[in-house]
Amino acid sequence: MLSFFNPLRIRGGVHPEAHKTATANLPIVTDFPLPKKLYIPLQQHVGKPAEPLIRVGDKVLKGQLLAYSQGMISAPVHAPSSGTILDVNDYPAPHPSALPIRMIVLETDGQDTWMLAPTVNDPFQLTPEDISLRVGAAGIVGLGGATFPTAVKLNMGREAHIDLLIINGSECEPYLSCDDRQMQERAEHIIDGVRIMLHSMTTTNAVVAIEDNKPLAFLAMQKAAQSFAAITVMQIPTRYPMGWDRQLIKYLTGKEVPVGSRSSEIGVTIHNVSTALAVHKAIRYGQPLVSRVVTVSGGAILRPLNIEVPLGTLIAELFTFCEVKTDAVARIIMGGPMMGDALPHVNLPTVKATSGVLALTQSELKNTEEHPCIRCASCISVCPAGLRPLDMANNIRMNQLDAAVDIGLKDCISCGCCSYICPSNIPLVQYFKYAAGEVAARQQAQHKSEQTKRLIDARAARFKRIADQQAAEEQVRLAAKAARSHQLTTDSDTSTILGSRLAQQSEVDAH
Amino acid sequence: MKTSFKLSSGAHIGTRITVSHIMWQVMLALTPATVLGLYLFGWPAINLFVITVLSALFFEALCLKLAGRFARSVLLDGSALLTGWLLAMTLPPWSPWWIGVVGSGLAIILGKHVYGGLGQNLFNPAMLARVALLISFPIEMTTWVNVSPLFFTESPGIVTSWQITFGGLEHLDAVTGATTLGFIKTEFSQNHLLSDILTEYSGFLNFIGWTRGSLGETSSLLLALGGVWLIRQGIIQWHIPAALLLSVTLLSSIFHLLDNQHYVSPLLHLNSGAIVCVAFFIATDYVTSPNTPTGCLVFGAGCGLLIFVIRTWGAYPEGAGFAILLMNAATPLIDTYIKPRIYGRDHKGKPIEILKS
Repeated sequence: MLSFFNPLRIRGGVHPEAHKTATANLPIVTDFPLPKKLYIPLQQHVGKPAEPLIRVGDKVLKGQLLAYSQGMISAPVHAPSSGTILDVNDYPAPHPSALPIRMIVLETDGQDTWMLAPTVNDPFQLTPEDISLRVGAAGIVGLGGATFPTAVKLNMGREAHIDLLIINGSECEPYLSCDDRQMQERAEHIIDGVRIMLHSMTTTNAVVAIEDNKPLAFLAMQKAAQSFAAITVMQIPTRYPMGWDRQLIKYLTGKEVPVGSRSSEIGVTIHNVSTALAVHKAIRYGQPLVSRVVTVSGGAILRPLNIEVPLGTLIAELFTFCEVKTDAVARIIMGGPMMGDALPHVNLPTVKATSGVLALTQSELKNTEEHPCIRCASCISVCPAGLRPLDMANNIRMNQLDAAVDIGLKDCISCGCCSYICPSNIPLVQYFKYAAGEVAARQQAQHKSEQTKRLIDARAARFKRIADQQAAEEQVRLAAKAARSHQLTTDSDTSTILGSRLAQQSEVDAH
Repeated sequence: MKTSFKLSSGAHIGTRITVSHIMWQVMLALTPATVLGLYLFGWPAINLFVITVLSALFFEALCLKLAGRFARSVLLDGSALLTGWLLAMTLPPWSPWWIGVVGSGLAIILGKHVYGGLGQNLFNPAMLARVALLISFPIEMTTWVNVSPLFFTESPGIVTSWQITFGGLEHLDAVTGATTLGFIKTEFSQNHLLSDILTEYSGFLNFIGWTRGSLGETSSLLLALGGVWLIRQGIIQWHIPAALLLSVTLLSSIFHLLDNQHYVSPLLHLNSGAIVCVAFFIATDYVTSPNTPTGCLVFGAGCGLLIFVIRTWGAYPEGAGFAILLMNAATPLIDTYIKPRIYGRDHKGKPIEILKS
């Protein structure tokens, strides 16, 4: 079990400029002025969207359930503040497409009144299953960005009898410092959350892994964890994408998660530090996930800050609070600059996945003047997944998508290292995302055409069966008719009468 | 604020290193050896260098125009300049002007643009041109002048240099001779032994570059310094130079130990001809070398093996150009068989099995 202390080789990765100091040294702002309206998407997680159970006009309290989770992999949504439901309708999603998705619009009343919730003094008296249930009911999802429902992961960890819980405090994306600040300011709560998670998964070992560019967070966490032997806090090298769960698992345990398997199958589960904090709040105080800490930063932001905001706050309000130089903004990004999504405008809500909102100036962005590939193979050497981005891009450019899939398109994690390093400024990740979408669309089209073909074949078979049946009936009818005329001409004969009756009988049966 | 922003996929940030930055770094690394070469062989060498580089740029511009892709930034991205520069480094220093022009034409047109331009070529353009020149014009390509540095009284002045470059060497009794490797090859053919052949050989002068040879290839010292600097800058990786130099050293050591009268010592091998230049600057060409570290080791070792074999048993005293071209041809094969292992999969691409502990 101690094998994870041996530093193992890290594959690939890059060292982008951190740009974290602007926000990492300032305390988290907790008195962000409550927005007048909150736009709360029903899908802020991986899985099925939640189903609303309120009506327009309903008065709700902070923390009240607005929409319940549907199915195995889903998460409920709660009211981020108290107020009145204005609308349940389609609004633009915080996604590059800004396509409309279902949202609940809440007009806040300014009171921010919590719903009364029972507190739990000793969560370790609860059964592990009960903790999972409560975590699920609190709408907690992975806050590192993956937004996988946490309760499902806790259950999987328990059922797989994992022997190590990894708490991901690497926060390897540049600019972002929300996890860093939370570890500095709320270390004890995070550690408590880790202990509750351990209890829920009935396992005994946890490692909190923090990149070594966050020494203050490391010290705070170490101090908070020192009285708990089960929890080890350790520093890991700073190297993007250290926070990729599989990279971190490989680094800490030496084991690789096989393609197509979950990490729990090799005895490891990984959660984010913010998720642990959310678990602490949900279990100890019965508070569902209604807010999160968001890093607002970038060259066009005059007052870069970490802010605790109610979910559903429009990005525009964050930018107003942090004083954005509007004419200097070249790109708005939700998440970090390596993997985050560019947004078309700012009237989009923050969601559970929003670790940061960046307003970058042109000089911070990668040059987009594209040159031919010189096969320098930098993309191969930085790829943490061991892919050959230049070959994949070539295949995709020639529309040989199957060939791209064969050499690993589906193993791409879109970490952006190849795009970052490319001296020819080739937008490799864009190629891969396009190709992945195209492959999915083609598979869907193929599936559809197969389905159609199956239906057509079934229809043809049905028609043929009916036609055959009719032909058979016709034959029987003709035979009967012939028998009748025979009977009429050759007088009564018992055997023919019997025969024609049998024929009539079968005609009736056939109908 | 603008109402709508241009969208793009990550990564939104990037390194400032560009293709032309890489090319200029390589040229910077070549500068010391080039300057020494130009100094040692004087004005005719400077003429040849300028002519070769300018005609490389000319042919590049012509090809880009014909392909409809002409742009100042593309022409000056440094790739054509570097090709011309590298070619000039490998030419006999007092070659006539047309050697430079034809060489650049071969390199840029046949070596690069017929394949589709930058990044598409199978063979290293400079080496392709050099080998084509060597086969087509064996006399001009094996005429090696003695070291005749600038500003020495017996060295040609500017006016004489024009005569040499544009009129040829016939009218002048310039002092020429063979390179060390060429000399050894001829002597071997007369059944002389190494101990008799190498009586006047100075390892030190060869090392600093004070010897007959190609314009920019004589100084192993300066080339190696430039190459090591490139590795430190992260422009090239160590795998190819290390594998190439090591394989030559290893092979020559074995044979030299077995028979030191017929097989040249490893030091002389490393110190002569194009080997250091090729190891650091030519074999490491991104376009024509493999993509993976292991592939690069195989490629480098293959180059080293071929250089040794051609030098030792081949008809040509120097085999670097041929070795590079042959290994360039093998690069797609190497890349097909040596691929990185994908995370979570075995070398065959199947998901790895979970070990139950």
